[in-house]
Amino acid sequence: MNRKYLDIKANPAICNTEDIPVLPYHEFNDVVSGILAEESNHCLAYFAVPTGENLQFYIAIADDTNNSIILTSFTAERKSAVFPSLAAKFFQLHGFEREIHENYGIQFEGHPWLKPVRFPFNRYNQDSVIENYPFYSIESEELHEVGVGPVHAGVIEPGHFRFICNGEKVRHLEIQLGYQHRGIEHLMLTKNSPLQRCILAENIAGDTAVGHALAHAQLIEILSEPVANETLHIERCIALEMERIAVHIGDTAALCGDVAYQLGQVVCEALRTTVINTTQLWCGNRFGKSLIRPGGSNFPLTEEVANNILKMLEDTGRRYVEMTDRILTLPSVLARFEDIGTVSREQALKLGLVGMAARSSGLLRDIRISHPFQFYRNFEVHPVYHSSGDVLARALQRKKEVEESIRIIQSLITRWKESKTTVSRPVYHDRLRPSSLAVSLTEGWRGEICHVAMTNAQGEIQQYKIKDASFHNWMALALAVRNQEISDFPLCNKSYNLSYCGHDL
Amino acid sequence: MLKEIKILKSHGVQYVKDLRTQKVAERFRGRPIISNDITDEEKKQAAALCPVGAIDPTKGSIDLGRCVFCNECAFALPDKIHFTNDYRIATNRREDLIIQPRGDLPLRLKESEIVPQIRTFFKGSLKLRQVSAGGDNSCEMELNAAGNVNFDMGRYGIEFVASPRHADGIVITGPVSKNMVTALRITYDAVPDPKIIILVGTDAISGGLFADSPAIDRSFIENHRIDLYVPGNPAHPLTFINGLMDLLGI
Repeated sequence: MNRKYLDIKANPAICNTEDIPVLPYHEFNDVVSGILAEESNHCLAYFAVPTGENLQFYIAIADDTNNSIILTSFTAERKSAVFPSLAAKFFQLHGFEREIHENYGIQFEGHPWLKPVRFPFNRYNQDSVIENYPFYSIESEELHEVGVGPVHAGVIEPGHFRFICNGEKVRHLEIQLGYQHRGIEHLMLTKNSPLQRCILAENIAGDTAVGHALAHAQLIEILSEPVANETLHIERCIALEMERIAVHIGDTAALCGDVAYQLGQVVCEALRTTVINTTQLWCGNRFGKSLIRPGGSNFPLTEEVANNILKMLEDTGRRYVEMTDRILTLPSVLARFEDIGTVSREQALKLGLVGMAARSSGLLRDIRISHPFQFYRNFEVHPVYHSSGDVLARALQRKKEVEESIRIIQSLITRWKESKTTVSRPVYHDRLRPSSLAVSLTEGWRGEICHVAMTNAQGEIQQYKIKDASFHNWMALALAVRNQEISDFPLCNKSYNLSYCGHDL
Repeated sequence: MLKEIKILKSHGVQYVKDLRTQKVAERFRGRPIISNDITDEEKKQAAALCPVGAIDPTKGSIDLGRCVFCNECAFALPDKIHFTNDYRIATNRREDLIIQPRGDLPLRLKESEIVPQIRTFFKGSLKLRQVSAGGDNSCEMELNAAGNVNFDMGRYGIEFVASPRHADGIVITGPVSKNMVTALRITYDAVPDPKIIILVGTDAISGGLFADSPAIDRSFIENHRIDLYVPGNPAHPLTFINGLMDLLGI
C-alpha cells in the first residue's frame, strides 16, 4: 500500500481521517510536487484545521486520468510556522496558501503574492482591514491608476478592481475581494440543524443554488446514508443542466449588452426567463432553491413538469440557436469579441483554471467527465471546448454548452420516463459517520465546486470547506485584460461572470 | 436585416401586460395562509421546524422578514399552513410582515405611513442605486430582471442608475457584511435628499440565516428609516415592482 497519499476512486469520496498519511513537510512538498507535475492533476482544496496547539494541513488533488481524488497531509505547530511555498512552483496553489496565511498567520517563503484573500472576520491579523489592501503599484510618470468599486455601475455584487494603465491600455489589473464575506464556513459548524446547512449551501452563490446544494447533499449522503435511487439521480442532473442553460443564456444577453447589440440582449433575456420560469414551475423558485435536499426531494419531477421542460427546451433551444447564429456572424459583434481578453492554454494550466473558463482556453476540465457523480456515472457527456481563449471562445463555449445541456436533458428525461422508482422526502441526518473526511465535487455552470467536511469522534461536523470555481478563475480575468483597452474590461468580466459571494463565503 | 426581422418574429411579445394581475406558477411561494384553527401543539411543531426562527411558537405567526420560503412548515402541516402564489407581499412597516393565523387576508402598504414627499417627488420618475452588501446574487439578478423586457418597470419611470449622485434612493440586498459597512454608508451619503431606502430579500430585512453571523453588521439598517420591505429568497421581480407601485401610488 502507498503510504505517501490516499487515492480514492469515487466522487463523493470518503475515508477515515486517520487513514490519511501524515508526512513531514519536506516530504509533503515532494509528494505534492510530483503529483502536480502531471498536467491532468490539479488541486481541489488545501486547508488547515486547528487541533489544539497544532495545525493539521490537508490537500485534496483531482486526478483526471484515474478519475480519483488524492489525499495527503502534514502537521505543524501553530506558532510562527514558516514553510517553503509550494505556490512558488505551482502557481495554481497561490490562493490556497494565501488563505492559510490569512487565517492562521503561517508564512510561505517564496510565495509570489502572499496577500489577503477575503478579510474573514476570524482572520489571524485583525490589523489587516479591507480598506487598507496592499495594492501593487508602479512608479512612472507615464502610468496612471484607475480604481473601480466596490460598488459598481450595474446591479452586481461588490469587489474592487485596480487598473494600472498606460493611456487607454491596461498594463496590470489587481482584483480585491472580500466585501461579500458572510462567514458561511463558520456557520456550517455553528448551525446545528441539517436543514439550516442545506439552506446555507444554496445561498453560497444564488446563481449556482443547485450546484452548491448538490455538492452539499452528496457530502451529507456519503457521511450518513448514500442514496442509490436512479430516478432521483436523474432529476438532480436535469436541475443542474437547467441552471447551466439559464445562466449561459443570461450571460449571452449580458455580452450583447456590453457591445451594444440590443436585439441579442433583449431576446436572450427573454429566453432566460422561459428557462427559470420552468424551474419555478417545478419547485416554486426561479433559482431552484429548495429543490435539492439530501436523501430525497421536496419536489419529485412529475410527468407534467417533465413535458413542460421538453416543450420549453425545444422552443427556447430553437430560438437561442437562431439568435446566437446571428450574434456570432455579425461583424460589429465579432470585432469586439475576437482576440479580446485572451487567456492561453498554458496560462490556464498554470493558474489551475476549471470549468468553462478552462474549457474555453482549450483545457478540458469537466467534473461530469473526469469524476462523474449522480447519473453522469451512467451517461456520457460530450466534451465542449474551444482553443482560442478569447471572449469569442467564451461566447461560443456558452452557446455550445447550452446545446449540449439541452441534448443531455432530453436524453435524461427519456431515461427518467423508463425508471420509475419513487423519490421519497428528504432525510435530514443528525448523526454522521464519525472521524471521517469526505470530499464532494459537482460541475456547476462556472465549473468545479468542491465541498469538504470533516467529522469528529461524535459525528459532528468539525470542519467545512467550500470552494467555488471562482476561487481559481478570478485570476484569469486579471490576465485577460492585460494589454487590452480598459473599455474592454466590462466585456471580459461578463465573459467569465465570476462569483463574488462564492469566493468570499 | 431580414434575419433580424425573422428573429423579432420568433421573439414575439414577451412583456408582462399587467404587472398587478400576472399569474405565476402555482408552486411559487408568496404570502402564506395560516389556518385560524392551528393548535398550540402544531404552532410549536412548526416553530421547531423553521430553520430561521420565523415562526412564533405561541402565536403561530410567520415573519416574512425572516422566512426563507423553504416550505418545511407547510410540508409538515399541509392542512394548516399554505404558501399561496400571491406575490404582493411588500410592506412599509416591518411588523406587517408578520402573518398571523387569521386566514386569507391580502397584504398592503400602510398608506398613512408613507412619507408624503415620496409621491410628490418620485411618482413619475424614481431612480435607484443598488448596493449589494453580502447578497448572494439571486436578489441582484431578480432586480435586474425587474427592468428587463419581461417585467419592464421602466414603463413607470423606475430604473437603476450607475451613480448614487443620480439616485433618489438605495436598494439594499444581503445581510450587510462587515466588509461592506463603509461602502454602504458612503453610497447612501452620496445620494441627494430627499432619499428612500428599500430592503430587498430576507437577508436584507432581517439578516436571514446570517443574522447571528460574526461577519455581519446590521447597524446601518437599525439606524435608518426603511421605506419599503420586499421579502423573498430571492424577492420576485413582481413583488419588487408591485411594492414600488404601491409606494409611489401608481
